[in-house]
Amino acid sequence: MSKYDQKDIEKALDKKAAYGSDIDLGRYEEGDYEVEQIEKLEDTPDDLQKKMINVGVTSDDDNKDTILFIDNAMSHCSSKAQEGLIMMSTRQAVEQYPWVKDYYWNTMDPTKDKYTAKTYQEDSDGYFVYVKPGYHLKMPVQTCMMLSKNKSIQNLHNIIIVGDDASCDMVTGCTTVHHANDALHVGVSEMYIGKNASLSFTMIHSWSEQTAVRPRTNVVMDQGANYVNNYVVLDPVGNIQSFPSAYLNGEGAKCSFNTMCIAHENSNIDTGGCAYLNAPKTGAELVSRNISYGGRMVARGRLIGNAPGAKAHLECKSIILKDGGITEAIPELEASCADVEMTHEAAVGKIAQEQIEYLMTRGLTEDEAVSMIVRGFLVGGISGLPDNLQKEIDLAIDKANEGD
Amino acid sequence: MSLLEIKDLHVEAGGREILKGVTMSLEEGETCVLFGPNGSGKSTLLSAIMGYGQTKVTSGSITFKGVDITYMPIDQRAKLGIGMMMQRPPNVIGVKLGTLVEVTAKNGKGKTGREKEFNMQDFLNRDINVGFSGGEIKRSELMQLCAQSPDFVMLDEPESGVDLENIGLIGKKVHELIYGSEADGSKSVSAFVITHTGQIMDYIGAHKAFVLIHGKIVRDGKPEEILEDIKNNGYGVGDE
Ligand SMILES: Nc1ncnc2c1ncn2[C@@H]1O[C@H](COP(=O)(O)OP(=O)(O)OP(=O)(O)O)[C@@H](O)[C@H]1O
Ligand SMILES: [Mg+2]
Repeated sequence: MSKYDQKDIEKALDKKAAYGSDIDLGRYEEGDYEVEQIEKLEDTPDDLQKKMINVGVTSDDDNKDTILFIDNAMSHCSSKAQEGLIMMSTRQAVEQYPWVKDYYWNTMDPTKDKYTAKTYQEDSDGYFVYVKPGYHLKMPVQTCMMLSKNKSIQNLHNIIIVGDDASCDMVTGCTTVHHANDALHVGVSEMYIGKNASLSFTMIHSWSEQTAVRPRTNVVMDQGANYVNNYVVLDPVGNIQSFPSAYLNGEGAKCSFNTMCIAHENSNIDTGGCAYLNAPKTGAELVSRNISYGGRMVARGRLIGNAPGAKAHLECKSIILKDGGITEAIPELEASCADVEMTHEAAVGKIAQEQIEYLMTRGLTEDEAVSMIVRGFLVGGISGLPDNLQKEIDLAIDKANEGD
Repeated sequence: MSLLEIKDLHVEAGGREILKGVTMSLEEGETCVLFGPNGSGKSTLLSAIMGYGQTKVTSGSITFKGVDITYMPIDQRAKLGIGMMMQRPPNVIGVKLGTLVEVTAKNGKGKTGREKEFNMQDFLNRDINVGFSGGEIKRSELMQLCAQSPDFVMLDEPESGVDLENIGLIGKKVHELIYGSEADGSKSVSAFVITHTGQIMDYIGAHKAFVLIHGKIVRDGKPEEILEDIKNNGYGVGDE
């Protein structure tokens, strides 16, 4: 991969990211490259399995195609992928299919910041998911990224390609094993969605109080492509900064980003998404709903309208349930052509007292009323969430309220 | 002992004194109506009885079933048996009407599964009050009250905004709510109903009426007589 000059990469290793607090990479050791190989998912140790279920990855169903990464190496990959699906590690894919080179560090510039540079320099492995043209996968594809070594960096490089006229649902769960609290997760994901193809990508993060997280995601979309991104962070975390970008390069492509975060005390979360509407009649909808229980919460959104007939809406809303953190909503709209329609809504504040009192009139306690409204606020307006997520959301809200 | 006793109640809303010494009582089993010009403080009075935060009691007392509830939290008042249909309930985005009805029935004494009677089958899965028409809001409120089954119901203009066809349904349901129904074995309770036209009285009758003007009860007596008087002579004051 000689596309990038080693000097530029080295320079980029010191480059701070555009958003979020800076993380000193020197604080962390390398993540392990030798990890336990798990033959059958149901044989995963109990504590790991519990963690996986927490982030929506189930092991009881043999029909689901699953890849599990522990630290820097693949630990499990379903042996019998459903028809139309190829899944393996990124390194294997690059070796086995010469054409994958065209997608490898293609949409993501490794010199973007120190996290991408580090991933490039490590020549990191990750998961590779390819849906052949014309195939509509019936079962969701699951990937699970687990951090198990304290004070280490997990560096991953994932590639997802959905061929023309194909479709696929993916659930990605990222989590830590209990003793790996103070660690860093860096995940570079390059996604390519073909003509009239669609990808629904649900990512559930459940980290620990000190974990730092820096995902870097670019999505390239062809004509008529459709992309749905659900990003959910419900549990306490140290520090997350994520700002995935979708490039709608083909006419009529549509994307939606739904972000849902709970910023607990001492959590520092900076999330959002960005859509480049580069082709005629493209559309984007970015919805971010967050709760702060005293943590820092930044909700961003950025729409860039570059082609006629582009239509997009952006919504950043946060509720503050407990003082202590700073909550920001930062919507940005940018257009380089007149025939675009882009709008935004942003709101930061508490729940309307009137709504709480209305529910209390029917006998709910104040806490019950607040929980019900918060739950509604988080999931209302976001469709297509996996069923088990609703339960996780309820649990997280109940737990957070108890902690008050 | 009266079911509800209000003594020299002074209430502020939006930094202004709205109720300026309200004294009244309502007996168990009684249905009372409350008349008064726009802005006289009728909704404010109900809101103070329910305990809403936008109304602040500065002096006086409210006693219900012998318990001083003047500063009691709203949900405890609800659990004591007070129920309320607001004039303008808020939207609750993301919370389904069906969810609220279920929780209400669990906390109260009523039943769920009655949406058909209220013509609300298609609304259980909708966010509470969001995009509901005026009449739909009234039906939804009544359905919630039936799930709660309170001992004392306060209705703020139950008939306003309801079309001629729906008024029959609303009237019948309010009657069931107050006087009980054999179908579900519910008993007769007490009620306090705000009305401008008196139309709801055709369905539920009334034992007593109060007139509130400028934040004070200026008159009480027979509902029909008072209504007739208002129809003929007005309140003798303009809008406040
Ligand atoms: N939160 C508030 N802030 C400011 N003013 C208020 C508030 N609540 C009530 N008011 C004022 O108090 C007065 C009484 O209002 P209220 O709603 O009780 O009247 P009402 O008798 O129910 O009138 P209507 O027949 O029009 O419903 C009005 O002038 C109203 O504007
Ligand atoms: Mg009123």
